Amino acid sequence: MSDPQRTSSTPASVGEIVRVNGPIVHARNMAEAGMLEVVEVGELRLIGEVIRLHDGMATVQVYENTSGLRPGEPIYCTGRPLSVKLGPGLLGNIYDGIQRPLERIRATSGAMIDRGEKPEPLDEAKTWPFVPACAVGDDLVPGKLFGRVQETGSVEHRLLVPPGFGGKVTEIAAAGDYRGDEIVCRLDGPDGKQELSMCHHWPVRKPRPVSQRLAMGEPLTTGLRVIDTFFPIAKGGAAAIPGGFGTGKTMTQQSLAKWAEAQIIVYIGCGERGNEMTDVLKEFPELVDPRSGRSLMERTILIANTSNMPVAAREVSIYTGITLAEYYRDMGYDVAIMADSTSRWAEALRELSGRLEEMPADEGFPAYLPSRLASFYERAGMVRTLSGERGSVSVIGAVSPPGGDFSEPVTQHTRRFIRCFWALDRQLANARHYPAISWLDSYSEYLSEIAAWWESHDAQWHDLRDTLMNILQEEVGLQRIAKLVGPDALPDYQRLTLEVAELIKNAFLQQNSFDEIDMYCPPTKQIWMLRILVRFAERARRVIQAGGTLPDIRGMKAMTRIVRMKSTIPNDDTAAMQALYDEVDGELEQLERRFA
Amino acid sequence: MRVSGLEYRGVSQVDGPLVFVQGISGVGYDELVEIVTPSGEERLGQVLDVSETAAVVQVFGGTDGLSNAGTRVRFLAEPMRVPVSKRMLGRVFDGLGRPKDGLPQVIGGDLRDVQGKPINPYAREYPRDFIQTGITSIDLMNTLVRGQKLPIFSGNGLPHNRIAAQIARQAKLLREDVSFSIVFAAMGVKYDVAQFFVDSFVQSGVISNVAMFLSLADDPSVERLITPRSALTLAEHLAFDEGMHVLVIITDMTNYCESLREIATARGEIPSRKGYPGYLYSDLASLYERAGRLQGVEGSITQMPILTMPSDDISHPIPDLTGYITEGQIVLDRDLHQRGVYPPVAGLPSLSRLMKDGIGKGRTRDDHPHVASQLFAAYSRVKSIRALASVIGEEELSPTDKLYIEFGKKFEQTVVTQGEFENRSIERSLELGWEALRILPRAELYRVSEEELAKYFDQPAPKEAQA
Repeated sequence: MSDPQRTSSTPASVGEIVRVNGPIVHARNMAEAGMLEVVEVGELRLIGEVIRLHDGMATVQVYENTSGLRPGEPIYCTGRPLSVKLGPGLLGNIYDGIQRPLERIRATSGAMIDRGEKPEPLDEAKTWPFVPACAVGDDLVPGKLFGRVQETGSVEHRLLVPPGFGGKVTEIAAAGDYRGDEIVCRLDGPDGKQELSMCHHWPVRKPRPVSQRLAMGEPLTTGLRVIDTFFPIAKGGAAAIPGGFGTGKTMTQQSLAKWAEAQIIVYIGCGERGNEMTDVLKEFPELVDPRSGRSLMERTILIANTSNMPVAAREVSIYTGITLAEYYRDMGYDVAIMADSTSRWAEALRELSGRLEEMPADEGFPAYLPSRLASFYERAGMVRTLSGERGSVSVIGAVSPPGGDFSEPVTQHTRRFIRCFWALDRQLANARHYPAISWLDSYSEYLSEIAAWWESHDAQWHDLRDTLMNILQEEVGLQRIAKLVGPDALPDYQRLTLEVAELIKNAFLQQNSFDEIDMYCPPTKQIWMLRILVRFAERARRVIQAGGTLPDIRGMKAMTRIVRMKSTIPNDDTAAMQALYDEVDGELEQLERRFA
Repeated sequence: MRVSGLEYRGVSQVDGPLVFVQGISGVGYDELVEIVTPSGEERLGQVLDVSETAAVVQVFGGTDGLSNAGTRVRFLAEPMRVPVSKRMLGRVFDGLGRPKDGLPQVIGGDLRDVQGKPINPYAREYPRDFIQTGITSIDLMNTLVRGQKLPIFSGNGLPHNRIAAQIARQAKLLREDVSFSIVFAAMGVKYDVAQFFVDSFVQSGVISNVAMFLSLADDPSVERLITPRSALTLAEHLAFDEGMHVLVIITDMTNYCESLREIATARGEIPSRKGYPGYLYSDLASLYERAGRLQGVEGSITQMPILTMPSDDISHPIPDLTGYITEGQIVLDRDLHQRGVYPPVAGLPSLSRLMKDGIGKGRTRDDHPHVASQLFAAYSRVKSIRALASVIGEEELSPTDKLYIEFGKKFEQTVVTQGEFENRSIERSLELGWEALRILPRAELYRVSEEELAKYFDQPAPKEAQA
């Protein structure tokens, strides 16, 4: 693959616009243009992509507002597919859907986004401390390491030979500061001499090659108890968060972006609110990653194509995001990508499809919606990279079903391609129970694959988890009866189940993302909380069996301490958790003795 | 190059609000069109689709009286623009920004493209300034902040206009003495509704600080598509060029969406839910996202769109898509209204997404976040206990549940209910919240901290603290 210039000073060919219909433009004299080639449309040179070819006529989707565009204006071919530029400097940046840096756009066009802006995605003037990792005479193949750059305090950028390159090293730059586009390595390969800089381009719609796909075995811990303990996602897995408006999709996504145990986070705001991206931009630099001790922004790339930005760029934004994720995966990192929201992306597809006058399938969505969703989610995975390392891309997609109805096409098709489903529940959200992830409708198919990891921390983990889950399931049945006859008509041991279920909800499932301690819950603390709750459930049942009453249990001193343990006991204070466990155990034992 | 203002005689087809013009050249997408009827009346339109020889034009003034041969069409080679100026405050305009109050057009103003340009997310300032509306159910439970877009989801016959007028009258910041300028856009509402707002603005003496864009029920429906854009274009000028704090009230978004559907149907587009076009979300977003604050700029745009939910159905595409874009929603409840509660703000489905960052220590009061959360949790419990009571009877409830029922009554009658001209301070609202919570046993209040309980629950504030 050659490395064509992004700007098109010498366009391959020029066509002529014949029709403008919103973001869709038809042009003639386009016989030279290739499918999915980038074109520059009109005198403003708006960025577009060829999506259909017919007898020298091309249909182009334009990534910017087409107001004022007229038939007869020129359309310039660039000879390259829609690509992103990969290299040091991506982290901490905020891009639009086609990788234009919003910070630089602001510098040139002010607070409102002008059309026809084409700033370089990476700062050409900035130099990076390059450290060579190969010597003259080495034989390099794609994926081989040839240099390193400390990109941010927490992330080392590994420079790998891009796919399509390779050969004997004839020259390698000495350690020192270089600009991203400077040649740092020359190769003599079978295809002739090649030059490598720290940057290269990659077409967004083409998955980057890997050497092998691997089985998943490790959880991607997120610090959210309901996810980690009940519906875990594996590193390299794919999950969906569906929920109506106001149920907390974005809050959950942001929480995951903050605390998920990945080295790199790509956060895509796809057709969502501008203020949400601003929130992330303001908050992340101030938050500290509990694992690296560095600012969270140092591991994050933001892609913001808000709902008022052009719809075609929304369609491509998730490909841009996942391509950046794959790039860091190839360096051997665990990358997590959050797409908020895939429904907006699907709607962009629908809008474009409608303008193309295609035959609609379900609810006006094009018939290729499921295959597009599949090809996106399939880019997730745990892999052996070309350089032989393990790397993963985990995908978490938010879904915004109309009216909160999960039977609509996007939710239904998404379910086919993900293995972890975190259903947000309107009732829980209304009661301000966050995260409003329903423990009845959600599921995770990764549970069996990652149980071993948890069991290496506590051999009883699976039993503990199942015990709590059973109590929650049992509660549903009991609540149904209680709704008819009143809870007081139930026998004490069943009322205890209701009581314990309530305790699990308040003490464990509910998590306050604004509380300094509770916002993130490490696995060890989760296990301790499980132990305490399970111990409480078991012993309280014995008290009831021995003749104790519910008020005896309710009156326990330890009760409030259990409810508040999530926010009062520091996350790493296992001694305090042990002490609470002993206290609960002791108090219940006394109660039991009183009746025995 | 082309000549500005190409004029053509005759149109090939007139279909609903659309006109098809053949034999043209050099016309741009989205550009402004002047249509002259055979009788000489001038109307404005906009290009929706253009090829080399034909254009589809939507006519804002309606297509009645047009004929195939006698109609003249002039393409103006510029986008739809409206004048913007500080002097437009105190005036009344139609949906396209032309004076409607009998006074001459404002002179000296800039002309701006009504479509606006998207705000760069990188240039936004995150909204955090608490706005005290004086309405407890909003201030305490669904706090509005400066630069937020918070719609009112209402139904026919509910007092959304009175609430919007009350907010416009009372809204202020706690620490700054800055009043809001108001930009008011009415689409397809009745004359008396518009008059109600005029009267209300006159009564509170703010009318000189209000710009009104009216496209009433008897005005052509296509004009409604431009009305909110004209209003927001002026709001952007006032906020970001003049540094003013602007409150934009838009009513009724449902009428706007109906017009959008009408155009889409006339164009023969493939409909999505309930016949609305597939781009309804993007279109609504292009309005709602024109709110907020910018870094380094003093002004702000706070949006309060009003929409009436068709048959009170919150899952109808209009409220549904709106809820996905706006930063929360104030939902009005018919049941509360029937029971005489004003404002009938539904406790649970209402939400303010920006509340979390606008309240608490140094902004309102330290206990505010937890009190709000506790009230939501308790009220949600009330709802499920009421459902239970309707089956087994209130007598059969446990003592704690009975307390919850009592709390629910108190909450609705003293916290939510207030007078239309009653302006409560946030301290008073918080105190009312605690007063209601005091009905419940202390142990039930697990969302407030021990210190807050000691400070506010155990020692009621002295009476003179009441504003």
